[in-house]
Amino acid sequence: MSTELATSTTPAVKAGLGGGGRSGWGAGSIRPVLIILVLLLVAVGIRQPDFYDPPVLLAFLKRAAPLIILAAGQYFVIVAGDFDLSVGSLVTAEVVIAARLIDGDPAATWPVIALLLGFGLLIGLVNGVVTTLLQVPSFITTLGMYLVLVGAVYTWTGGSPRGALSEEFRMFGRRGIDGVPVLGQLPYAVLVLAGVAVLAVLAMRSDFGKVLLAVGDNPRAARLAGARTARIRTIAFLASGLAAAVAAILLGGFGGVSFQVGQGLEFTAITAVVLGGVVLGGGRGSVAGAMLGALTLQTLLTLLNLLGVSGALSSAVQGLIILAAVAVGTLRRRT
Amino acid sequence: MRRRTPVLLAVCTAVAVGVVGCTSDLPGEPPKPTATGAGTGETSKFFVQADHDNELALRTKSATGPADKPWEQALDPKTVDTAKYKKAGPYHLCFSNAGVGNPWRQVGFKNMQAEVKLHPEIKTFTVADAESKDDKQISDMTDLLGKGCDALIVSPNTTATLTPAVEQACAKVPVIVFDRGVNTKCPVTFINPIGGYAFGATGAEFLVEKVKPKGKILALRILPGVDVLEARWGAAKVVFDKSDLDVVGVEFTDGDAAKTKTIVTNYLQRFGDIDGIWMDAGATAVAAAEAFEDAGKPFPAIVGEDQQDFLKMWQDKKLTAIAPTYPTYQWRTPVIAALKILNGEAVASPWKLPQPTITQDNLSQYVQADMPPLHYAMCGCATLPGYPKDWGGK
Repeated sequence: MSTELATSTTPAVKAGLGGGGRSGWGAGSIRPVLIILVLLLVAVGIRQPDFYDPPVLLAFLKRAAPLIILAAGQYFVIVAGDFDLSVGSLVTAEVVIAARLIDGDPAATWPVIALLLGFGLLIGLVNGVVTTLLQVPSFITTLGMYLVLVGAVYTWTGGSPRGALSEEFRMFGRRGIDGVPVLGQLPYAVLVLAGVAVLAVLAMRSDFGKVLLAVGDNPRAARLAGARTARIRTIAFLASGLAAAVAAILLGGFGGVSFQVGQGLEFTAITAVVLGGVVLGGGRGSVAGAMLGALTLQTLLTLLNLLGVSGALSSAVQGLIILAAVAVGTLRRRT
Repeated sequence: MRRRTPVLLAVCTAVAVGVVGCTSDLPGEPPKPTATGAGTGETSKFFVQADHDNELALRTKSATGPADKPWEQALDPKTVDTAKYKKAGPYHLCFSNAGVGNPWRQVGFKNMQAEVKLHPEIKTFTVADAESKDDKQISDMTDLLGKGCDALIVSPNTTATLTPAVEQACAKVPVIVFDRGVNTKCPVTFINPIGGYAFGATGAEFLVEKVKPKGKILALRILPGVDVLEARWGAAKVVFDKSDLDVVGVEFTDGDAAKTKTIVTNYLQRFGDIDGIWMDAGATAVAAAEAFEDAGKPFPAIVGEDQQDFLKMWQDKKLTAIAPTYPTYQWRTPVIAALKILNGEAVASPWKLPQPTITQDNLSQYVQADMPPLHYAMCGCATLPGYPKDWGGK
């Protein structure tokens, strides 16, 4: 599916653009999302004047961190021309597994964190192998994985989560380094986010990133040029699974044991990536754009909340964003 | 495309103006007063005034029965004769369980299993778990009846759907229903604590007492449409409507910690502060309180339940709190009732159990540091065989 999509759009791709398309207004540019973000931030600032106090701003970043990390992971998959619909249920599975295995025992914290990261990678590996070697379209592969994880978690727990997370585990999503001058508390989640962001940008600047874009842009051309497309796409799924694991550690820390923590996150992440100017079907857009898209989406949700718009409407807003962003992206490519 | 965008924009603007224009053309009707002013919304169709009044009155009635065993007590009992069920032991007791899909049911089921161990005259105890599915519970009950049970205990998954199946069973063996009810009088007795109205009112009255006038209240409900939860909220709504508190929101949490924390965090951001939290069940009370802690706000007056994690937080952080309970010790009573019935002794029907409330004054006797966080304190299980290990304690 992704292959055909990317191939069919190839004639529209201008020769030589190939890369992230970071500058200008074309498809994949981050300029539109930056403008929307600034407008939203101004609006939030008017509605909540103390929003720009460093502690409040950091608290906002702390809440946005899991989504931004998920968006970064989803970016790798989308830019290679695939989808990962399994991240939401993967986040839930990770949190439920963590609670069950830690069961309130602080000593189990670090081994379980290692296990969670491993589990995220494993799910990414399965997604990648099924998609590339068995040639199942990623939309179906990851939809299947989503259902497998939902069912497995339900069966394993009998419908209600058991066990408890330790304070040491929850620290990453809840607490921070206290007593930092000016900032007050520097949340661990923000530090983790910074680390992930740097790694993601470095990865996209490396040879891997360039090949990944080429694979998403035109898989056949990339393959003929000697790129190991199957391996590259699988690595993208690994990145997405790992990002989901990191996001799960932060979300579990924030909210505690929960059965719904990951519900709908896959669509929120895809919305964020699309909002950041990344083109569905692959080949266009930057990881910075995807992360800015997530930040913009979180800002929008914050603004809606401040305006008293019901939480139920936020999914409608997300749907509209996906439709609008894809439609605008298609129109821009035609001109 | 670039040429088309301004056109699109112009159309949008025209539509927007048109809409505004239309609305301003409407005759100036005053907004209808749908709610009674406290922001609590409309009264649900589940609300039954007589039941409400009855439950609130039961709260102050004294119970008959042994003082140290509330699971054997009955409020305002009317007894029924059971001589026709008298039978010599040993007995085969059967239980059709709706499910063990939440910590409350898990603790309750352990209570019941331990209670069975206390009675050597129960030779066999057969349990069928319906996994929260109506159709499975209906076939479970048919299966159980084919196994030669002397008495059948039923904890129905839903009220209306299970009624015909219970009626079928009544024709063959004495039936004891507890927790959720059925729409038939055929069971020998129906056992449950006072009920949802009493639970909801107790929490709401506490907030009225502790929160300053005009204080902002956030009501958190699990989900709509479940009778016992509707009753809890229905009674709380009556209390809030009569008070001068400002209910700024009524939200559904699905009983999920992460969702609860997000909702409360959002309300704190929108309103600056919240003075009271009312909840229809306490499983996510800790998440709600944490949201205040993480936002650097003072804790509100809060309604929880008897789960250990909340009681511990209440004690450690010195919360202003109350915990109405829906005691899990009610899972012991059906076994006791079944044996009485098979022995031909009269039993209360309906069997209303007392429904204690945990307050600041008696908090310390319910905090049990060595029990797991999701354990319900009001289990009446401390003297049962296998305690505390079987309940996950140390």
